[in-house]
Amino acid sequence: MSKISLIFKREYITRVKNKTFLLSTFLLPIVMILFIFGSAYFAATNKADFKKIAVINDPGFFKQNLQSDSTKLLFDCNTAADSTNFVTKGFDALLNLNNDTAHKKFIILSTKQLGAITKDNIEERLADAYEKYQLQKKGIEKSVLDSISKLSKGSFSIDNRVMSEKGASKEVHAELNSMIGFFSGILIYITMFIFGAMVMRGVMEEKTNRIAEVMISSVKPFELMMGKILGIAAVGLTQLLLWMILIMALSTAASAFLPHEMIQQAGAANQNMPIATNNMDMEQFAKLGALGKALSSVNWILTIGCFIFYFLGGYLFYASLFAAIGSVINEDPQEAQSLMLPITMPIIFGFIILSSNLNTPDSPAMVWASLIPFTSPIVMMGRIPSGGVPWYQLVASMVLLIAGFIFTTWLAGKIYRTGILMYGKKASWKEMFKWVFRKS
Amino acid sequence: MNILELQNLQKYFATQKAVDDISFNIAQGSIFGLLGPNGAGKTTLLRMITGIFYPDSGQILFDGRKFDPVNDVAYIGYMPEERGLYKKMKIGEQALYLAQLKGLSKADAMAKIKQWFVKFEMQSWWNKKVEDLSKGMSQKLQFVTTVLHEPKLIILDEPFSGLDPVNANLIKDEIFALAKKGCTVIFSTHRMEQVEEICDHIVLVNKGKKILDGTVSDIKNQFKQNLFQIGAKTDPHHLMTYIFEVIKHQPEKLLVKLQHEATTNDVLKFFINQNVPITSFTEVLPSLNDIFIQLVEGTPEARQFEVIK
Repeated sequence: MSKISLIFKREYITRVKNKTFLLSTFLLPIVMILFIFGSAYFAATNKADFKKIAVINDPGFFKQNLQSDSTKLLFDCNTAADSTNFVTKGFDALLNLNNDTAHKKFIILSTKQLGAITKDNIEERLADAYEKYQLQKKGIEKSVLDSISKLSKGSFSIDNRVMSEKGASKEVHAELNSMIGFFSGILIYITMFIFGAMVMRGVMEEKTNRIAEVMISSVKPFELMMGKILGIAAVGLTQLLLWMILIMALSTAASAFLPHEMIQQAGAANQNMPIATNNMDMEQFAKLGALGKALSSVNWILTIGCFIFYFLGGYLFYASLFAAIGSVINEDPQEAQSLMLPITMPIIFGFIILSSNLNTPDSPAMVWASLIPFTSPIVMMGRIPSGGVPWYQLVASMVLLIAGFIFTTWLAGKIYRTGILMYGKKASWKEMFKWVFRKS
Repeated sequence: MNILELQNLQKYFATQKAVDDISFNIAQGSIFGLLGPNGAGKTTLLRMITGIFYPDSGQILFDGRKFDPVNDVAYIGYMPEERGLYKKMKIGEQALYLAQLKGLSKADAMAKIKQWFVKFEMQSWWNKKVEDLSKGMSQKLQFVTTVLHEPKLIILDEPFSGLDPVNANLIKDEIFALAKKGCTVIFSTHRMEQVEEICDHIVLVNKGKKILDGTVSDIKNQFKQNLFQIGAKTDPHHLMTYIFEVIKHQPEKLLVKLQHEATTNDVLKFFINQNVPITSFTEVLPSLNDIFIQLVEGTPEARQFEVIK
């Protein structure tokens, strides 16, 4: 036992002291914060997607119904511009309505390609204007229409409350829950690869440096493998913890030093980056308040507890397999590629299930994938924040994961013990199979 | 008193009998040579002695008791042929780490490392990394880490490869010093002149079997061909006799092989009778190298793979 702790200590200290570790631990949060605030800053200051559009051949009714504003789209229907001179007259594009609404297909001429969002926006406003025109034709006056749309716009919102068995209802926030679930799933997915590969490289290093046999003459191969795996797990936890602390500290610092408006815009830009609304100020204030409330509704203790469990469980499940792969290959990294494939496939598969079923956390695919230890660390994290996981499924998933990692560790230990002392040739799958089932 | 007794050890791999029924004893304080051509099964044998492999059958007695790999490895220092160190680790930390893994406390390990580093003039190396060392330097460090915990049994597989003569002598002197203190040294090599110089007792293995076992002088006597070198000025025409056969004739020297039944005194009488003055008379024993080649020659260099039923 004390030998494992010696190995653990060495693996942990050499990695934490390593320059790459320090660099990635401290640079990543800074880059992330810079990215968020930077993109918010550009979103706030960038006016490039404002387009002035000349409208010609209006059949007559678009003129008064087409909505214009000074931030996104400005339509000018009283212009004498044509395809030859709209640019010189200061327009970005020329919309030709052909005096025709029957075909509903128009041509817009521009010198530069219009963005997809701008194009959608124009189509939306045309449809809107057409709808208003049709309503007016049925005898509803424009002033009435305007007052109705003013009344109805953004006046409803839905809060989903879920009933528990005891009858108490709780407000849920589906978007936020799936966001947290997806984020946790991605984090586990990425860290499983990063730290799994770290274990594999560590084992390969011992083999190529020819220190394996020296070590094995003092400690049991299993102790050497477990010491390394646990040491790297501690490195992973340290890094996650430091990231969390740094991101929190940096964002607090950023909000203290940056102007207040920019923070709002940062928040807004991150929430609905692609579809920024026109009158965002008041709405965003409301939304930010709601977000704060929603965040406090998440069961953080369960989510963070499960995250740490599935992070460690998933890592331990795969790390020993990565160690076994590291022990059978020689210097050639190409060999690693082909042998790693059967291990990386289920991880990627789990991630695909998570990302394609995010909105249906209780679908059969999600339930099964969150029980099977090959995919459960990633997929279960997508289900937990929504709070809809029955306790027996959670317990089954955790028990299976623990049993799974005991099994993979046993299996990998057998391969590792033989592989670490083999030089010269790459072991085949058949040989590895034999090592597993050979009596010791 | 034997520190190590191997009894009918066997280790079969899927494709070959790596060690096929080998037994021998090693006396405490002796320097023991384990010889054999490539692929003879030496490394497998050493790995069983160091507890890395378990024998398929047979047993090992260490210090009179049944060998218990988990606890007894603390009394063994093994320098394998495929050896190395953590490249990115500082030399002092590395030595400390390996010593602690052998069960030494940090303070003990520290004191012993300092002692050895002074002895090998390595004090200034402490904060250097292994990747900065030359091959010879890292070999010295490797030797230090092998013997640091004062093992009862030291196993050295090709310890001099990559060392210049000065450093090789340094290590050799340490081996003698350790043996004098009561350590037992197992020495595995192909270099026969080193074996003749260092070892008390040797075993030769080939194709997984023991083919020779004894002290160096016993083995040489066992393989002697009754060759004698005689210092004398002779004329080849006057050397026709049934007592010996001339193997090599030089103006001042003569190499002869005694015919059966003849004794050395018969040879001396022959020359005295002829009134030839003799300046020297020595027996020529075969070198271990000759014996090795004689025994191993004819067997395929690399062992053929065989299927085990």
